[in-house]
Amino acid sequence: MAISEPVVVSQSGAADRLARTWAQPRGFWGWFQNVHHTAIGVRFMVTSFIFFLLGGVLAAMMRWQLVRPEHNAIGPDLYNQLFTVHGSTMIFLFAVPMMFQGFGVYVVPHMCGTRNIAFPRLNAFSYYIYVVGALLLWVGLFLKTGADAGWFAYVPLSGPEFTPGKRSDFWAQMITFTEVSALGVAICITTTILRYRAPGMTLNRMPILLWEKLVTSIMVIFAMPSVMVVSSMLLMDRTINTQFFNPSVGGDVLLYQHLFWFFGHPEVYIIFLPATAIVSTVVAVFARRHIFGYVPIVTSVVATGFLGFSVWVHHMFATGLPQMSASFFTAASLMIVIPTAVQFYCWMATIWHGRLQLKLPMLWIFGFFFVFLIGGLSGVMLASVPLDWQVHDTFFVVAHFHYVLIGGALFPMFGGMYFWIPKITGRMMNDRLGKIHFWLFFVGFNLTFFTMHFLGLHGMPRRVYTYTPEMRWGALNLLATIGVVFMTAGILVFIANFFQSKATGRFAGPNPWGAGSLEWATPSPPPHYNFLELPTVNGREALWEAEPNQPIVGGVREDIPEVLVTNTLDSEPEYRDELPGPSIWPFLTAIAVSIAFIWSIFSPWGIAYGAIPVVITLIGWLWPRGHSPSPRVPEPALEARWIR
Amino acid sequence: MIGFSRVPLLAAGVFASYPGDHSILHPAGPQASNIEWLYWVIFWIVFVVYVVVVLGFMRAGARTYTSADEMLPIMKDEAGDRRASWAVGSAITITVLTLFAVLVMSEITGKKVEGETSKNPVTIQVIGHQWWWEVIYPDPQADQTVTTANEIHVPVGKRVVILTNSADVIHSFWAPSINGKRDLLPGYSSAFWLQIDQPGVYHGQCAEFCGLQHAHMGFSIVAEREDAFSQWKAQQLKPAQDPTELVTVHGRDVFLSHACVMCHTIRGTDAGSRLGPDLTHIGSRQMIAAETLPNTPGALAGWIVDPQRIKPGNRMSPNPLQPDDLQALITYLQTLK
Amino acid sequence: MDPIRERPVLDVSGLPTVMFGKANTTWLANLLYMMIEGTMFALVVASYFYLRTRSSSWPPGNLPPTLGWGITSGAIFLISLVPARYAQRVAPSGDRSKIRWGLLALAGVAVIAMVVRGFELANLNCRWNENAYASTVWALLGLHTGHLITEFIETVVILCVSFTDKMEGTRLADVAINSDYWYFVVVTAILSDFVIYGTTRFL
Repeated sequence: MAISEPVVVSQSGAADRLARTWAQPRGFWGWFQNVHHTAIGVRFMVTSFIFFLLGGVLAAMMRWQLVRPEHNAIGPDLYNQLFTVHGSTMIFLFAVPMMFQGFGVYVVPHMCGTRNIAFPRLNAFSYYIYVVGALLLWVGLFLKTGADAGWFAYVPLSGPEFTPGKRSDFWAQMITFTEVSALGVAICITTTILRYRAPGMTLNRMPILLWEKLVTSIMVIFAMPSVMVVSSMLLMDRTINTQFFNPSVGGDVLLYQHLFWFFGHPEVYIIFLPATAIVSTVVAVFARRHIFGYVPIVTSVVATGFLGFSVWVHHMFATGLPQMSASFFTAASLMIVIPTAVQFYCWMATIWHGRLQLKLPMLWIFGFFFVFLIGGLSGVMLASVPLDWQVHDTFFVVAHFHYVLIGGALFPMFGGMYFWIPKITGRMMNDRLGKIHFWLFFVGFNLTFFTMHFLGLHGMPRRVYTYTPEMRWGALNLLATIGVVFMTAGILVFIANFFQSKATGRFAGPNPWGAGSLEWATPSPPPHYNFLELPTVNGREALWEAEPNQPIVGGVREDIPEVLVTNTLDSEPEYRDELPGPSIWPFLTAIAVSIAFIWSIFSPWGIAYGAIPVVITLIGWLWPRGHSPSPRVPEPALEARWIR
Repeated sequence: MIGFSRVPLLAAGVFASYPGDHSILHPAGPQASNIEWLYWVIFWIVFVVYVVVVLGFMRAGARTYTSADEMLPIMKDEAGDRRASWAVGSAITITVLTLFAVLVMSEITGKKVEGETSKNPVTIQVIGHQWWWEVIYPDPQADQTVTTANEIHVPVGKRVVILTNSADVIHSFWAPSINGKRDLLPGYSSAFWLQIDQPGVYHGQCAEFCGLQHAHMGFSIVAEREDAFSQWKAQQLKPAQDPTELVTVHGRDVFLSHACVMCHTIRGTDAGSRLGPDLTHIGSRQMIAAETLPNTPGALAGWIVDPQRIKPGNRMSPNPLQPDDLQALITYLQTLK
Repeated sequence: MDPIRERPVLDVSGLPTVMFGKANTTWLANLLYMMIEGTMFALVVASYFYLRTRSSSWPPGNLPPTLGWGITSGAIFLISLVPARYAQRVAPSGDRSKIRWGLLALAGVAVIAMVVRGFELANLNCRWNENAYASTVWALLGLHTGHLITEFIETVVILCVSFTDKMEGTRLADVAINSDYWYFVVVTAILSDFVIYGTTRFL
C-alpha cells in the first residue's frame, strides 16, 4: 500500500498566508511571546534534558563517595543534599517534563492533525513556571542550603523541628511550581486530544500515543493535587506553625506518607505510560504493521491509569499496617502487573508476525524490553509484603526503581528521540554513533544497577553516605561506580551525535521511517502552521490507511489562527475556534506567580501581597484582544459537507 | 579508622564477631527463614519468566529480521494474528495464575512471620533517637527495668517482642538475618516479633533515612543461651560499680564535672539525663557510638574528645580533656561492666 | 505525479465560531480545573477525617466553631445561585445590559459572602497553630476562601469587560462558564461547612 503524502491543491499562496498567520515573533523578547506547541515542546525537552545531565552529575558524585568504604570525599551534609536533589531532579525536573510535557506538547497536536495545542498561552506559562521551580531547587543546592530530606521528604525529618532553615521549603515550593506546570499541560493536552482531532479520527481510530497521553493527563489531574496538598501542609507547618504532622497535638506522620504516595505512585505511571506509548508507536513502525492488539493495549493503558491509584500503600508496608490493609495492597500491586504484561505480549506478537527492521529507535525498544522487565519482576518481589519487609529501603529497592525508571522510561525516551528528532530538526541522526551510545549505556547501566540488588540483599540500606569495610560491601560498590563511566560515555556520544547531525546529518524528509501517524505528513521540520492542508483520517494509522483521495478539511480561516474543533467521540466537526496569537502575558504571569510563591517561603504575607501582581498579569492575559470580528451571537450550526 | 579485634564472649559461650551477620540470605531465626524461602521461590519464578520472555523477544526478532535499509511496505498477517491471539491469551492466563500463586505464597509467609507470637515473650522496648537506639527491658517494677543502648541481648530460641517508638524522626529497625524491618514512628507504637535460633551476634542498621548520621546508626543483637542471658540481664540491673582505685575515682569525678552529665545516665551516681545513651554498663558493650567504633580505649578516647570527627552532625559536642583526665575517665568507663 | 490535482474537501466554513455549553473547549478546561480543585478539597477533607480517627475527642479541647456563622455563610451561598444562574441564562442572548446586571448582582453577593467568611474564620474558636484539628479546619476553609476570592476577581473582570464592546462572541460563553465555576464554589462551600460544623457536633 502506498504511503500517502500531502498534495498541493490549487490554493496558491496558502502556504505564505498560513506562515504569516501562525508566525511566532523572533528576537530576544519574541522568544518570551512564543505560544506555538513545537517551540514549547522543544523547550521542555531541551530544558529537562539539561536537568537530566545535572542530576546525573549528582549521581556520579554519590557513586564516587561510595566507591570505597569510609571514603571521605563527601561529608554527610552534602551527600544528603546530593541524593535529595538527584532524586527530585530526576523525577520532577526531568522525567515528567520530558516524557509527559516535552513529548506530549510536541507530538500530540501533530498527531491530532491540528495546528496548535489547545490553550497555547497556558502551555507557554506552564513551561516558564517549570523553569523557575527547577532553578529554585538548584539555587538552594548551590547556596549550600539545599533540600536534604530525600526526594519524598518524610516528616518529621523535613519538618520545622528537624530541618531548620529553608531547605525543605525550597523543595516543597519546587513541588508547587512543577505541579502547576504539569497540571497546565494536562489541561491543554486533554482538550487537544478530546476536541482537536482531525475529522475521521474517532476514539476507536486514535493512535495509542494519544490514548496514553489522555490517560496520563487525567492521572496528573487526580494525582498532582495530592502532592500539592501535602507539600503545602509541610510548608505551612514550617512557616506558620500549623500542626498537621505533630503527633503530640493530634497530628500524624503517616498522614504525610499517605498523601505523598497517593500522588507518588501514580507519578511513576505518569512517567511510565508515556514510555509505553513510545514503545507501541515505534514497534508498529519497525515491524511494518499495525500494532497487534490495539484494543487490549488501550484497555491496558486505561486500566493502568485506574489501578495506579490503588497501590500507594505498598510504599508503607514497613510501618506496621493492619494485615488486611497489607493484603489488599499486595493484591492490587500484583494485579497492576497484568496490564503491562498484556502490552508486552502484544508487542511481542507484533514483532513475531511482522517484519522487523532493527533501526536505531527500535534498538532502544529492545533495550527497554530486556531492562524494564527486570525492574518489573523485582517489583513483583517488592509487592510481596514479607519480602518487602526485608528489602524495603535498601539498595534492592534502589536497583528496582532504576530498572523501571531507566529501563522503562529512559530507554524508550532515547528511542523516541532517535525517532522524532529527524522530524524536529529535519536531519537524521548518525546510526553508528547511536549504536555506540546504546551499547555503552546498556552495559554501564546494568553494571551499576544490577550489583545493587546484591547490596540490598546483603544488608546495605539506602541513603547512607558511607559504610565500614567490615560490612563487606566494598567490592560491589566499586563495580557499581565503574558502570557510571560507561553511562557517561554513552550520553556524551549522544550529545555529540545530536549536534553533529543537526548541522550535517542526512536530510530526513517528511517521513523517513514510513510511519503511519499524522506528524509524518508534515515537512521536517514542520512549519508553524503544521499542516498545509488539514487532514482527515480513515483508520488507526492515518497515513497507511489514507485513501488515494483522502479528503482534506477546507474552510478554516487562514488569516487568523483558527483551528477546527471536533466532537469527542466521533471527531465530527463542530465549530471553529480562534486561538490566541503570540503573547508576553504567559511569561509575565509566570514571573508574578513565581514572586508570590517564592516570597511565601520567607513570609506568609507573600501570598497576600504577591497576589496583586498575579491578578494584574492575569487580567492582562484574559483581557480580550478583539482583532478579528466575531459574530455577536452564534450562527446556526451547518452540517459540514463533502464537496468534490 | 577502625582496625578492631574480634572479641570472643567467652562468658556467653559465643564467638562474637562484629559486625554480626547481616544478610537476608543468612537467616538465623524463623521469621527471616520464612522470608528467605519466599525470596527463593519468587526469585526462581521471575527468573524463568524473564528467560522465557527474553527468548520470546529474541525469537520474534530473529524470525522476522530483515536488514533492508529502506523502509519496507506495510504488511498484514491475519492468520498469524489469529494464532497470536491464542498465544497472547494463554500467556495472560498463565501470568494471572502465576501472580495469584505469588499472592497466596506471600499471604502464607506473612501469616507465618507475623504469627510467631507468644503469651510469654521477652519484651523489649526500642526507641529510636537521632542517631542511637534506646533499649529498655520493661518490668512493672522500676528497679527491674533494664535500660541500655545499641546492644540488644536475647535468649536463643525464645520469642521476643519489640515495642517500637521514636523520640524524634522516623527510623527503621532492621536486622536482615533476623526479620524484616519495622519503622519506628513518633506517635505510634507497634509490636514486632522475632526469634533467633542460633547463638551469635547479628548486625542491624537504621533503614529509614533519619538525618546526618543515618549511616552510622547501627545496633547489634546478641543471641545467647538462656542462662547467659539471665546473667547479662542481672548484671545490667545493678547500678554502676563504685570506683575504688584512685584513677577510677578520678575518672568518675571527671565524668560528673564535665558536660557528660548533661546527656548521660550512670545509675549509682547523680548523672540521670536521658538525652543520650545510658552508660551504666558501657564497659560491657562490644561497640560504641551505635556500632560505629569498637569499645577499645583508643576508640573511646577519640570518640569522647571529638565525636564530630567520627559522626559529623551528631548531638555530642567535643570534649577537649587533659590527657590524664581523659585517661582516668576511660579507665573508669571501662570498669562499668 | 501531477502536483496539482483535485482533492475532495470537507468544507467547514459554515460552522459557527462560538459555542455555548459543553461543546465549548473553555467549558472543558473549566471542568478539568474543577476536577483538580475538587480533588484538593476531597484530600483535605479526607485528611480531616483521618486525623479525627487519631483523636479520642473532636474537637480536641476546643469549642466547636460557632454555628451561626456557618449557617449564614451557607445561606449566602445558596442565595448567590440566583444571580449566577441568571447571568448564565442571559449570556447567549448577548444582551449586555442584562449580563451586566447579572454579573453585578453576583459580584455583590460574592462580596457579602467574603465578609461573612471573614466572620466565620474569626469565630472558628481555634487558631490554626494550636493543634492538628485547628490546622485542618483552617486549611479547609482557607482553601475555599482562596477560591472564593479568585472567583470574585474573575467575575469583576468579566463585569468590566461587559462594559466594553468586546462583550461578544466567545466572551458571552465565558460569562456562562464563569457561572459554572461559581456553582462549584457554592457546592464546595456547603460541603466544607457541613463537614466542619457537622463533625464537630453530630457526626
